[in-house]
Amino acid sequence: MKRQQTDKIARIAITIVAALVVIPIILVILFIIINGIGTLSWEFFTQPPGNGMKEGGIMPALLGTIILTFGTAIAAIPLAIGAAIYLAEYAKENRLTRWVRIAIVNLAGIPSIVYGLFGLGMFVLFMGFGTSIIAGSLTLGIMTLPVVISASEEAILAVPQEFRVVSLSLGATKWQTIRHQVLPQALPGIITGIILGLGRAAGETAPILFTVAAFYLPELPRSAFDQTMALPYHLYVISTQVPGMPMDVQYGSALVLLLLVLSMTLIATVVRTGMRRKREW
Amino acid sequence: MSATKLETSTPDVSPPVRWGEKIIEGLIWAAGLSTILIVALIFIFLLKEGLPTFLDIPLRQLFGKRWYPIEGMFGLASLLAGTLLVTAGAVIITVPLGIVTAIYLGEFAPPWQREILKPLIEVLAGIPSIVLGFLGWVALAPIIQNAGAPTGLTAFTGALILAYMALPTIISISEDALYAVPKEYRDGALAIGATQWQTIWRVVLPAAKSGIVIAVMLGIGRAIGETMVALMVTGNAANIPAFGADIMFQPVRTMTATIAAEMGEVAQGSLHYSVLFGIGILLFLITFAINSLARKLVGGESVRRKRTGF
Amino acid sequence: MTNDKIAVNNLFFTYPDGTEALSNVSLNIAANQIFVLFGPARSGKTTLLRLLNRLSDLLEGARHQGDILFNGESVFRRNANVIELRRKISMVFAIPTPLPGSIRQNLTYGLRMAGIKDKVLHEARVETSLQQAGLWDEVKDRLDTSAFALSGGQKQRLCIARSLALEPEVLVLDNPTSGLDPLSTAVVEESLYDLKEQYTIVMVPHSVQQGARVADVAAFMLGGELVEVCTADKMFMNPQDQRTEDYITGRFG
Repeated sequence: MKRQQTDKIARIAITIVAALVVIPIILVILFIIINGIGTLSWEFFTQPPGNGMKEGGIMPALLGTIILTFGTAIAAIPLAIGAAIYLAEYAKENRLTRWVRIAIVNLAGIPSIVYGLFGLGMFVLFMGFGTSIIAGSLTLGIMTLPVVISASEEAILAVPQEFRVVSLSLGATKWQTIRHQVLPQALPGIITGIILGLGRAAGETAPILFTVAAFYLPELPRSAFDQTMALPYHLYVISTQVPGMPMDVQYGSALVLLLLVLSMTLIATVVRTGMRRKREW
Repeated sequence: MSATKLETSTPDVSPPVRWGEKIIEGLIWAAGLSTILIVALIFIFLLKEGLPTFLDIPLRQLFGKRWYPIEGMFGLASLLAGTLLVTAGAVIITVPLGIVTAIYLGEFAPPWQREILKPLIEVLAGIPSIVLGFLGWVALAPIIQNAGAPTGLTAFTGALILAYMALPTIISISEDALYAVPKEYRDGALAIGATQWQTIWRVVLPAAKSGIVIAVMLGIGRAIGETMVALMVTGNAANIPAFGADIMFQPVRTMTATIAAEMGEVAQGSLHYSVLFGIGILLFLITFAINSLARKLVGGESVRRKRTGF
Repeated sequence: MTNDKIAVNNLFFTYPDGTEALSNVSLNIAANQIFVLFGPARSGKTTLLRLLNRLSDLLEGARHQGDILFNGESVFRRNANVIELRRKISMVFAIPTPLPGSIRQNLTYGLRMAGIKDKVLHEARVETSLQQAGLWDEVKDRLDTSAFALSGGQKQRLCIARSLALEPEVLVLDNPTSGLDPLSTAVVEESLYDLKEQYTIVMVPHSVQQGARVADVAAFMLGGELVEVCTADKMFMNPQDQRTEDYITGRFG
């Protein structure tokens, strides 16, 4: 009965390892919530930092991150959906398409700090945008492309082929078929991909280090060519760059960032399941 | 073969050209091809700023041990060592954890557990790296120091956090790979009296090997490129760690962390500035190679759903 | 030039993987009749149907040789208006496939895509086409409810009505009663008799029996080749080819 014993031991070991993966995730989230929840207050959300950032709130950083997220959306969405439609509906199986796919796979793999360097080289310096919201948004937008392209392409390919054939057989053109049948049905998947991509962009620090983020800037930005504070960078600054920072401010900032990003993940999931349920086929 | 052209009685009248659609389709085409352009632009701009690194610094010095930018010494060896150490550590931790978790999810977990665990792992993928870096800084580093290391900010601290960050990718790819193993293999093994564990160990895992190799590679790609965690918890010491049993418990500095830490302080156009871009070029090339290879292993187009057209 | 609505001349068709689906098929389809195309599975019937309005274009890499004339003009000619062609030769598929949306939206889809926005015309076409397909009485009070809520038989009649709403010249039916119960099948067949007054109908039947019931002219296909084409009476009573007789009498297929 040695084999059965091995089987039992293996089973227990595997379960323990799985627990080793899962328990820290729960601990991390609980740890941040427990330590940070006490800091959250109306003032924390609505006040700029004061007294060398040791007091006050995170308003400019939070607002900056929200602005950057919108900027990212504007930069990424049209290009990403266009590329996804191209891949799913127009691309022939040829060398050009292979190159596009290789490009997307590699965009997904480029380290975020390299995006930061690229943004600095191209948008900040070469195009002369300076350290600005527009430079940061474009950098984050390009970084977000592969996530949104892949999710959108998958959603478009998931639309049953019958609907395309029927639409074409009724005299619709290829674009009309895409516009009236494919895209409406792929929309939940596309929206999910967009929100997930934006959620990731909102939490990124490395790409905004040299392209937009301000160390301390109590005023709000006035135009797309201004710098702004951003929550991820703010958390980095107050935890490592400012000596004597009160811990509760640090935990509070971490909690807000975590909630912001996780709530976007949650919304994406809800959109996906909610709209799937509405679907009739 | 093509259509035989026949004389027709009526004159050929071309269908009306739909200009609006032509424009939209042109834009879609342009959007698709722009992805190639973007990758090219990224590389071009890295080269534009970083090329002096490889032209002005003798290779011998560039891959030397001493990284003292203030004295004009740009030896990348210590940074490469730091990245190598942290990445290797992360992969050694994350791959077994990821694969075993995938096995648990696929073979042992009852449905209700899967319902909870899968979203939880997705949540992990969603936690910003700066938050994990912060946690490493305030919580994990003190623990490691208390455990007896001279400092809590070590290669191991970074590797451990990076391992967890890479887990969602590893788990999901391993799950796909395990799932793709034909059911007949499994049934066959069970039918001849193998236990569940024997079946997994002797049949399922070997069959899923290529998928697992891909998981490892993407894990490496992820760990090499991660910046904020490396910056905050690996100690920021640009020297080659002394070889020994405690090699993982010494402070190091990765390539990514160096760029993040120093770019803010350098003068544009200086050699130091160029070298930071030069490090970016190396990172770009390394991750490009890893991802291209992983993609090749996936089998290119197999991911794409084959359409019958009819 | 004949008076045939459709003339298929020496048509060959090869799938992207190299298998030949049609081999030297020639046949003529006169206006205002029901032309039935029958034969065992994979004999090339559906392929031929989909070539008529060039839905075959969707098969990337497939090749054809020979020609199809519609009203005397090649459907493959270089500047053929394929979009217009598909409105004139309209297709109903084996599996009823409503588009997401209401019954009304389904019926007006073709018109809207053709750029026809006239609501009065929409209303008229909705009613006429539903009546022609024998569905009007069942759905006239719920035109704005989801098309997916209809039964299988109703869905298929909706699909027929959806094609008719475009007022095509030719109605192509690919096994339109495959999933239907006998009662629904009878209703569909019934409506076909009335429809041929106005349309030319090309149909792949569900069975030899159905073919015999509805056909004016029938063609028997086997392995991508046309074995025999003649009037229905002759085909089903006294076929010339031994293979046709074997198939009709149920000796194979």
